[in-house]
Amino acid sequence: MRYLPLTEEDRRAMLGVIGVKSVDDLFGDVPAALRLKAPLDLPKGMGEIEIERELAALAAKNMAADSVPSFLGAGAYRHHVPAAVDYLVQRGEFLTSYTPYQPEIAQGTLQALFEFQTQVALITDMEVANASMYDGATAAAEAVMMANRVTRRAKALLAGDLHPQYRAVIETYGRFNGFATTLAPLDAVGAAIDNTISCVVVQNPGFFGDVRDYAALAEACHKAGALLVVAVAEIVSLGLIKPPGAMGADIVVAEGQSLGNALEYGGPYLGLFATREKFMRQMPGRLTGQTVDADGRRGFVLTLSAREQHIRREKATSNICTNSGLCALAFSIHLALLGEVGFTRLAELNHAKAVQLAERLEKLPGVSLMTPSFFNEFTLRLPCPAAPLIDALASRGILAGVPVSRLLPERVNDLLVTATELTTDADITALAAALREALT
Amino acid sequence: MSGPSNKDWSKAVSGFVPAAGGGRELQDDEPLLFEAEGAYYDGASARSGVDLPAPLPVSDRLGGLRREGKIGLPGLSEPQIVRHYTRLSQKNYSIDTGIYPLGSCTMKYNPRLNERVARLPGFASLHPLQPPATVQGALALMDRLATWLKTITGMPAIALSPAAGAHGEICGMMCIRAALEARGEKRSRVLVPESAHGTNPATAAACGYAVDPIPGDARGRVDLAALKAKLGPDVAAIMLTNPNTCGLFEDESLAIAEAVHGVGAFFYLDGANLNALLGRVQPGALGIDCMHMNLHKTFSTPHGGGGPGSGPVALAASLAPYAPLPWVVHRDEGFALIEERAGDAAQSLGRIKAFHGQMGMFVRGLAFLMSHGGDGLARLSGDAVLNANYLLASLKDLLTPSFAGGAMHEVLFDDRFLGETGVTTLDFAKALIDEGYHPMTMYFPLIVHGALLVEPTENESKESLDRFIAAMRELAARAAQHDTEFFQSAPHRAPRRRLDEVGAARKPVLRWRPPAKSTAAE
Amino acid sequence: MSNIRYTKDHEWIRVDGEEATIGITDFAQDQLGDIVFVELPEVGRKVEKGKEAGVVESVKAASEVYAPASGEVTAVNAGLAKDPARVNADAMGEGWFYKIKLADAKELGDLMDEAAYQAFTAEQDKH
Repeated sequence: MRYLPLTEEDRRAMLGVIGVKSVDDLFGDVPAALRLKAPLDLPKGMGEIEIERELAALAAKNMAADSVPSFLGAGAYRHHVPAAVDYLVQRGEFLTSYTPYQPEIAQGTLQALFEFQTQVALITDMEVANASMYDGATAAAEAVMMANRVTRRAKALLAGDLHPQYRAVIETYGRFNGFATTLAPLDAVGAAIDNTISCVVVQNPGFFGDVRDYAALAEACHKAGALLVVAVAEIVSLGLIKPPGAMGADIVVAEGQSLGNALEYGGPYLGLFATREKFMRQMPGRLTGQTVDADGRRGFVLTLSAREQHIRREKATSNICTNSGLCALAFSIHLALLGEVGFTRLAELNHAKAVQLAERLEKLPGVSLMTPSFFNEFTLRLPCPAAPLIDALASRGILAGVPVSRLLPERVNDLLVTATELTTDADITALAAALREALT
Repeated sequence: MSGPSNKDWSKAVSGFVPAAGGGRELQDDEPLLFEAEGAYYDGASARSGVDLPAPLPVSDRLGGLRREGKIGLPGLSEPQIVRHYTRLSQKNYSIDTGIYPLGSCTMKYNPRLNERVARLPGFASLHPLQPPATVQGALALMDRLATWLKTITGMPAIALSPAAGAHGEICGMMCIRAALEARGEKRSRVLVPESAHGTNPATAAACGYAVDPIPGDARGRVDLAALKAKLGPDVAAIMLTNPNTCGLFEDESLAIAEAVHGVGAFFYLDGANLNALLGRVQPGALGIDCMHMNLHKTFSTPHGGGGPGSGPVALAASLAPYAPLPWVVHRDEGFALIEERAGDAAQSLGRIKAFHGQMGMFVRGLAFLMSHGGDGLARLSGDAVLNANYLLASLKDLLTPSFAGGAMHEVLFDDRFLGETGVTTLDFAKALIDEGYHPMTMYFPLIVHGALLVEPTENESKESLDRFIAAMRELAARAAQHDTEFFQSAPHRAPRRRLDEVGAARKPVLRWRPPAKSTAAE
Repeated sequence: MSNIRYTKDHEWIRVDGEEATIGITDFAQDQLGDIVFVELPEVGRKVEKGKEAGVVESVKAASEVYAPASGEVTAVNAGLAKDPARVNADAMGEGWFYKIKLADAKELGDLMDEAAYQAFTAEQDKH
């Protein structure tokens, strides 16, 4: 077997040193009744050729989103990942290293994470950021639990245009962690704030695509002693729109997949988590900090670890251990490649494409645009149920958007449509034509 | 062509150490991205490593919410960025560099085939909300992986969505709590052995339970009598790792299961150390109700400097109804996703993350399993256990094994062999860095003094183990000679000497900030 | 030093009329190693004997600090935020944590005096 270096001769020699007759004898502590008597009923081992063939055949049964005109978003976005990103994250020194607990021989990972934390703080306009969470949704749930710790309250107010799956994850954690959640339509959130809530969670751009200013909401939260948590599902938006920090957000959580990371059918993704310095010791997850070594040279270490499970155990701020390290590296490299100029242009490009797309689609008969202001994603209300239409268009080779009913069953006629820098004029024409045909 | 004079040239490079000189460049400091020369050039001089087309002029629909001012991101060209990260990478130790014997972390080889197949566009370019008819291959792959995991564990159901081991733990504990609530019971305590990984108590607490520690016995296993004494009608579950973090098989697992079930509680198995059991013991036979697996340990998906992981959870029939959304099901028309709490999934605990789980890791994990095959798993676990016992046999005269007898896939030593030398476990580990090796897990588990937990995995050759053993023996002998200074000042040959962690925590610097007088970055 | 009492959790309390000053013992700071952070109760908070009143952290450990007696917090050692090393340097003096207005002086009755605490730590050192 190609991954196993031991030869039969090695095994015999090693058993001799140990002083047992067979490998099976090494399992003597396992009661005989518990041991399997025969190999598992599973396919036999294969070489690379057969595996590539078999998995390629499975992959071929899928419609890759980059092989057809594709307009899906709703928390996962198709962007171009520069070739250098994929090369660098596959360097074995990054790919096959562990969490940097031995800083002397992990400065590469640690410095990259320090740079990542800085980038996240810059684009969100927050003071500090951690070294990543699993995804945007779990980061949102962790933000609520952190707000509960900070305020010593246990009730979160969720705004209506928070991604339904983010809301669902927060509700799941609430049920088991012991905090309450209430949902309010976006325009009723302000009125629902009182001094029993730990935080308000809003999303910007919202699930339906709207971009809004939450500065007044932040003020209302602070007056009530609560925190404002802003979730960002499309991180590229921060190249163009006012960042949550500038609105007065106390915690910013985000899905970072859009930079550096492929769609991968929903994971692994990248949770971003940023906050104010005064709350730093209440943060979940790993943090990288700057220090010096015994010779006085600058170096980086994991720090403030007394918050974490491996030290604090049941009193830890979170149970998270493994996070999304390599996804964070991919994000960081992509953002480093873009730089200020590239990141803002990428965001401009996304918005321009989305405006072009909206201009075409809002003119279709019976179609209305529900989101007057947006970044790269908007909601259309169709004159018919969206889901069957999307299925029909998919069978014709167009991934025309996400029917809102997939996530919110009562919104039957609504369709979420996204454009990115990868959307071509031909894609827009194809979608407009197909929708026109289907609707008339 | 006119160039700068020599004088100008030396001025232009002031502050930089010349890169020429036999690899010395790799020892130099790598500036932060933000400190790179020219990173904050403005206007037409500003650099970017990505060429994007100019956007069409459109009248924006941002509702007046345009960002004001600069973000403060540095700009560099592609070759500068590639060089920066390549140089950073060279300051890392990795599995590809050498043995990475972190106990209970299972740092095994990460096959490149896995990377290749995970990048097939038919997997990597799928949007999670595509119509299920367009992702039948992906759903089939998830179903196939679940079948492998069910067979390996001997358990009837698999929840694929947890993103990592600790996420799998909380998923499992949520299922347990949901099942108890469905019985109308509200229990308050979870029993966790003192040798457990920190995520176990942290998870139980996050799930609303008080943590009650169980001591170990003289054999390094759970003290069954102490466990029984702690059981009662308010106990929700026990969380147990098997083989445990001492590298020992919990041979009274069935008795533990019987006792735990006797009070109506559940048996959670932490599958961090599943590698030792592959193809030899089905955890389902140990009387468990629930366990998580780490695809990034046992099934070779890369650790990536701290993730991403994947932590599928195996569930007994009594817990399966509570599995988180979504569920992959097979129907006449093909595979489907259940994404709502209805029908068969009416009792599901709901969502624990967005979308469907770590698909990229599922592809890699399945490729690994297909490589070994059902017939090869026992060989894999056999070699992992053989390598660990070979280390034990080759080191036990100089180091002090914490418990008598053989080991499973990892070996626990404590610091008694360092005696009065003044050398600590930490010093010993740092000296190992100078020998060219990544240290073992240190000071864990907490139940022995100065723990050194060594897990070689099945991927080390005998030659590699022999070199590692020689280095360990040499260091142990040196410590015995009281060469304390040698250890206390190590490492000398790594990119950095020991770092001031106290200073880092007392005055945290968690990000770069522009120098006070700089105007460029503000 | 006779007005100082000690707990089994290694806190000390020094009574001065109605007010008492509280900190962790030299033995405790030595066991913890370099202190990197101290979380103190807010002024005005009522702490309860035996209940958690703060946290003290080193790089590799974090310990809860329990109130040796009940009372209302009247002052905290703000200097520890900037310079937690004071706890290591002078645990019984400059490194004090907080002061309370004692709710009930009788609560001190079951705490150890200096000699008893010395004997207690000597016993702990053996383990």
